[in-house]
Amino acid sequence: MPHRNDLESILLIGSGPIVIGQACEFDYSGTQACRALREEGYRVVLINSNPATIMTDPDMADATYIEPVTAEWVERVIERERPDALLPTMGGQTALNVSLELHDAGVLKRYGVELIGADHQAIRKAENREEFAEAMGRIGLAVPHGGFAKSVDEAVEIAEDTGYPAIIRPSFTLGGGGGGIAYNREEFEKAVRRGLEASPIGEVLIDRSVIGWKEFELELMRDGCDNVVVVCSIENFDAMGVHTGDSITVAPAMTLSDAEYQEMRNAAIAVIREIGVDAGGCNIQFAVDPETAEMLVIEMNPRVSRSSALASKATGFPIARIGAKLAVGYRLDEIENAITRKTMSCFEPVLDYVVVKVPRFAFEKFPMSDPTLGVQMKAVGEVMAIGRTFQQAWLKGFRALENDRCGWHPASSAEDDRLPDVEVPSIRAALRTPTPERSFQIYRALESGLKVEEIAALTGIDPWFLNELAELVEAAARFRDPSGIESSTEPRPEPDAAALLGMKELGFGDAELARLRGVSEAAIRGIRHQHGIRPVYRRVDTCAGEFPAATPYLYSTYETEDESALSERPKVVILGSGPNRIGQGIEFDYCCVSAALALRDEGYETIMVNSNPETVSTDFDISDKLYFEPLTLEDVLEIVEHEKPDGVVVQLGGQTPLGLARALDGLGVPILGTSVDSIDEAEDRRRFDALCQRLGIRTPDGGTATSIEQAIVVAEEIGYPVLVRPSYVLGGRAMEIVYDDPSLREYFERAIRASPEHPVLLDRFLEDAFEADVDAIADGERVVIGGVMQHIEDAGIHSGDSACVVPPYLLRDEDIETMRRHTRELAEALDVRGLINVQYAVFEDDVYVIEVNPRASRTVPFISKAIGVPLARVAARVLAGRRLDDLDLPERPVLLDMAVKEAVLPFDKFPEADPQLGPEMRSTGEVMGLADSFGLAFAKAQLSAGSSLPVSGTLAITVHDRDKPMVTPIARRFHELGFEVRATEGTAGYLGARGIPCGTALKLHEGRPNLLDLLLSGELQLLINTPLGKHAQHDDYEIRRAAVARGVPYTTTLSAASAAADAITALRSRTLSVCSLQDREKRRETVRAELRLPASEQVPT
Amino acid sequence: MLTDPSFAGQIVVMTAPMIGNYGTRPEDEQSRRPWVEGFVVKNLSDGAPLGREPLSAYLERHRIPTLVGADTRAITRHIREAGSMRAGIFPAALDEAEALSRVMAEPPMAGRDLATVVSAPEPYRLEHPDAHGSVVCLDYGVKQRSLDLIREAGYSVLVVPANTPTPSLLEARPSGVFVSNGPGDPEAVPGAAEKVRALSDAGLPIFGICLGLQLVARAFGGRTYKLPYGHRGGNHPVKNLDTGAVEITSQNHGFAVHSTAGVLDDAPDLRVTHLNLNDGTIEGIAHISRPVFAVQYHPESAPGPHDSRYLFDQFISAMHTTASTATG
Repeated sequence: MPHRNDLESILLIGSGPIVIGQACEFDYSGTQACRALREEGYRVVLINSNPATIMTDPDMADATYIEPVTAEWVERVIERERPDALLPTMGGQTALNVSLELHDAGVLKRYGVELIGADHQAIRKAENREEFAEAMGRIGLAVPHGGFAKSVDEAVEIAEDTGYPAIIRPSFTLGGGGGGIAYNREEFEKAVRRGLEASPIGEVLIDRSVIGWKEFELELMRDGCDNVVVVCSIENFDAMGVHTGDSITVAPAMTLSDAEYQEMRNAAIAVIREIGVDAGGCNIQFAVDPETAEMLVIEMNPRVSRSSALASKATGFPIARIGAKLAVGYRLDEIENAITRKTMSCFEPVLDYVVVKVPRFAFEKFPMSDPTLGVQMKAVGEVMAIGRTFQQAWLKGFRALENDRCGWHPASSAEDDRLPDVEVPSIRAALRTPTPERSFQIYRALESGLKVEEIAALTGIDPWFLNELAELVEAAARFRDPSGIESSTEPRPEPDAAALLGMKELGFGDAELARLRGVSEAAIRGIRHQHGIRPVYRRVDTCAGEFPAATPYLYSTYETEDESALSERPKVVILGSGPNRIGQGIEFDYCCVSAALALRDEGYETIMVNSNPETVSTDFDISDKLYFEPLTLEDVLEIVEHEKPDGVVVQLGGQTPLGLARALDGLGVPILGTSVDSIDEAEDRRRFDALCQRLGIRTPDGGTATSIEQAIVVAEEIGYPVLVRPSYVLGGRAMEIVYDDPSLREYFERAIRASPEHPVLLDRFLEDAFEADVDAIADGERVVIGGVMQHIEDAGIHSGDSACVVPPYLLRDEDIETMRRHTRELAEALDVRGLINVQYAVFEDDVYVIEVNPRASRTVPFISKAIGVPLARVAARVLAGRRLDDLDLPERPVLLDMAVKEAVLPFDKFPEADPQLGPEMRSTGEVMGLADSFGLAFAKAQLSAGSSLPVSGTLAITVHDRDKPMVTPIARRFHELGFEVRATEGTAGYLGARGIPCGTALKLHEGRPNLLDLLLSGELQLLINTPLGKHAQHDDYEIRRAAVARGVPYTTTLSAASAAADAITALRSRTLSVCSLQDREKRRETVRAELRLPASEQVPT
Repeated sequence: MLTDPSFAGQIVVMTAPMIGNYGTRPEDEQSRRPWVEGFVVKNLSDGAPLGREPLSAYLERHRIPTLVGADTRAITRHIREAGSMRAGIFPAALDEAEALSRVMAEPPMAGRDLATVVSAPEPYRLEHPDAHGSVVCLDYGVKQRSLDLIREAGYSVLVVPANTPTPSLLEARPSGVFVSNGPGDPEAVPGAAEKVRALSDAGLPIFGICLGLQLVARAFGGRTYKLPYGHRGGNHPVKNLDTGAVEITSQNHGFAVHSTAGVLDDAPDLRVTHLNLNDGTIEGIAHISRPVFAVQYHPESAPGPHDSRYLFDQFISAMHTTASTATG
């Protein structure tokens, strides 16, 4: 059956910003869908608010709208573009919910837009837990449901049946948002209340607990002729009770016999038919009682998902691509298998390897939050590892995590493994509660001689997995001490070739072996190479070798045959950015993918190395060759020595590849672009200060300390407040502003361990300074400034968490010119080839350089979209030796609009943490607002970030004394906009005296009803709350948490408050329209044509 | 899988690397004993869940030579390029030339009648308490699950050795004939095709699977040949030409039926009902006028997906129809 020709244009909805539970897997899926549909000749209209995605690059769709992903804004796009169909299944829960809303509101009918892939009935049946339970009943399958509740009382009644622990699941939320496990009535009521709030329809499901049951997922696809295939089975290492996004998972399922698997497969096929996914994919979760083998259906997602991305990467079966083709009428047996290019997609992939996914967490960023893993997802990223055996994949996965361990091994202190001590009773107690450290506790448990059966009973983890792990622990012990007598005095003999090969076959990394033997990684590598023990690369081929694979999608193992097929073409290795984490996310994947596409155009064979299954970069057809491998020195070096590329790109994948650059360079690997020495000069504090001094560029006074005593001396020299942080960190990890000696001491005790190898940096903190970021590109001859982005929040808020705007709207022109000049001087002095990012602060009319990063920055995709120049692609061409002059890059890119970037914070997932911005980055994602006024651009950005600014209502103000003068004009504007203004007593008096009618609100300790009560009872629509200093802030903390929980927009800085006033003014006075990037580009062309002036006189940025 | 008689005379290389994770149970066994000559795996689990026997112990108990830690993917790729071949598992100490000469001394698969070897030595009956009738199973290496499925549908089954003469089969007055799967070359099974033809000429509904299909094809003039490396495993897409639906099937066969562009050669009375989507080979056939049909794959699927179980229903209803025509 050919594809449908009654459709011409198709609307695709993206998932918006990266949040916990909805990350760049939807960029991967959406990008695939865009490409698959355009291949068929459809006109693709895309809406997504996330500028860091590849899918929003203007050449991925025909009309790209960077607008809020809400029903209101999607309707505007529909009105303008009049698409024939809407594919709702590619943008996660967000797209599904918005599509359903549009259907329910009659918008789709009004504009004649057809839902394809999954219709509204199927979506509703799968998403509404009550209808789902009924549907499952009809096909004879069981669900763990106790019942549905719309109130706490109803819920309590249900819990009397299900008993405790009980699982609370809000309807229609993503990543298990707002869900929880309750072990007693008190916890239960609290969790229900939270769940009711989180659910957009105010409904929660109370499940009977299946904690400790085995958990499985199947990924299915079904075409319009009712052909169904199971693409992949996934088994969760962690038992039921831990969200699958937080679980270690394994593909294919390891502990199901054929009979059990076929029963599950039959059930899954019945589910997809009953729910009625007519042309697309779904994910179905099952729980199996390990005692009785009773099987329950937990849930079904009628769309692509995190798991479908993982399944695609694990099998080589591109679910989103095929889903898009099915949605336009193809049958599974009409779609080519893109890996074999010989067979069709109507088959079930088989794996002759094992895949392990390991989640990555960021609890260290949210110090007060509860580290227990439960039904609400908390992981911020994940890695996937492929090995020929489970053990190989397991070890590789842990090695790929890029945390402070070199593999799967216990930390040096019990505390870091979340244990009070290393005694058996403590370990046993800890194992009962799943936390991110549990796998390391298992290591310790096995080492301490706990039996596999006991660990299985404590954790619910299948004994088969634990037996595999026990073998690894034994092997490690043998390797550590081959003679069997631990002796610290005798130097252990050099490992022999057989022992080393054995460990490599098991999957141990060099660094891990070095740690075990107490030697350097280089020593292990030396011995290994001396004996010719090198990895070979095998292909992921969907068919376990039955057919030749045309696509080189590779993983390493220690075996006999290499399938990588080396070419003689000029080639470039691009190092990706590894697991997503706070501070290093999709922006860098965007840059790596841009490089792969640009370098392919330049005629290079492009070779991608990455370990992150969520990304576009690990799609096997983005580069010519994909090595799905950890980004460690060992793994990268082996690939480089195997491929012998002309160069390695390290500057686009964030800190991960940059961290490898020096070692690679030292081993003679050709690094493309800016030299490693320059990178070092920018990162090494002393060298950098010297450079700035030479160039006459101001930097904040600062110094380095290796102990607290030294730090106090430095702090007194430069004067408080000071900004302290460990050297070489990402995302402002452990960065704080301290105001005096005691808090500096306290910081040293709490946050870091300083040592000569790990010095601490102290800088004068420039209070109330304006900050700006500049991204530029240089080729050794010219420096082109991409743009100057002014931060909306003041200094002291991490640049990743601060909203920013381009062009700057409050900076003086002369300061902007100074920044441009400094950027140029720095790029020249560092001989930058490629991208450079400089952060500035304007303090008391002087421009200071805060930081220089000679690499792609987080803002590259944002600025690229604002100016209509794909900077990362241009940078890649420069790395390949092209000159900027040849690349037709305007000296000053044309800015048509105001572009605002806003950060998206995960505070709703860490309810105990203080939702306040600071120097440590905590945002997971970002959105972009584009409009012709600052106010409207800011309003759109807020809306996209999930904070819907009110156009009327009550504003509450509670600010630090010193902020009162500054808040006055802001309060006046809100008053003039018709808002009722309320403030705490002192502030209210102050404002009243200045002619602003202002009601009072009680502080928390002043009696009731106080501010918190007003917030909770829905009487406040907006909150301005500036922190009152580190210590007296319990009140603030409670209020901000309540605001997060109730979804009340709040700002903790006055600049953001002022921006909010601009935004509300715009929302009230403007007709809101949308414009695609492609139309903007046409306008830009016109402007350029009109301007045909000397480059330096074009529209200033 | 180890007990599937179709594997008789063969060394089996597992492409899935993790083998034996959940042990074995007696009810998983598909015939009276394991038939594989040798077993080659990447990784073999030692343990088993409670109530199951570790696979390693099972292999040892049945004295099946097993090679663990092999680069099974390399072997698979070699077989893909060079075709399935004679092979041996030897101690490392054995001289390579000596090993090779021992392998070469073994007969090749083409021309081997293994079906007679694995067939039941004596006839036996599987009774159904209220049977609608009985089915004769020509045992060339039948799997237990096939017999169970027929019996569960309400028929007794008489399993007969490969060499049972046709007249004694007809004496049993069966409602239908099930021609089982089995190992080896269909051409080499003495008298089998002729027997199938005779049973059909007697008006009996016939359902064949795997080797059974090859025998049905040969009974009506078709010819068979050895595939380079056969069809193995549980993920083969097969298109049902009558309904247009695609089934994911379990397969295990080294021979196939000659066809040209999806039409059987030299068998005008047979039509093609199923095709393999990977390579276009014949997967199902039916007689144009008689209740005779067969598939090349394993609808009983033990192991494998259950998409094709409907074929047993089709067989049952063919027997019903024939019975009612006969009585009516």
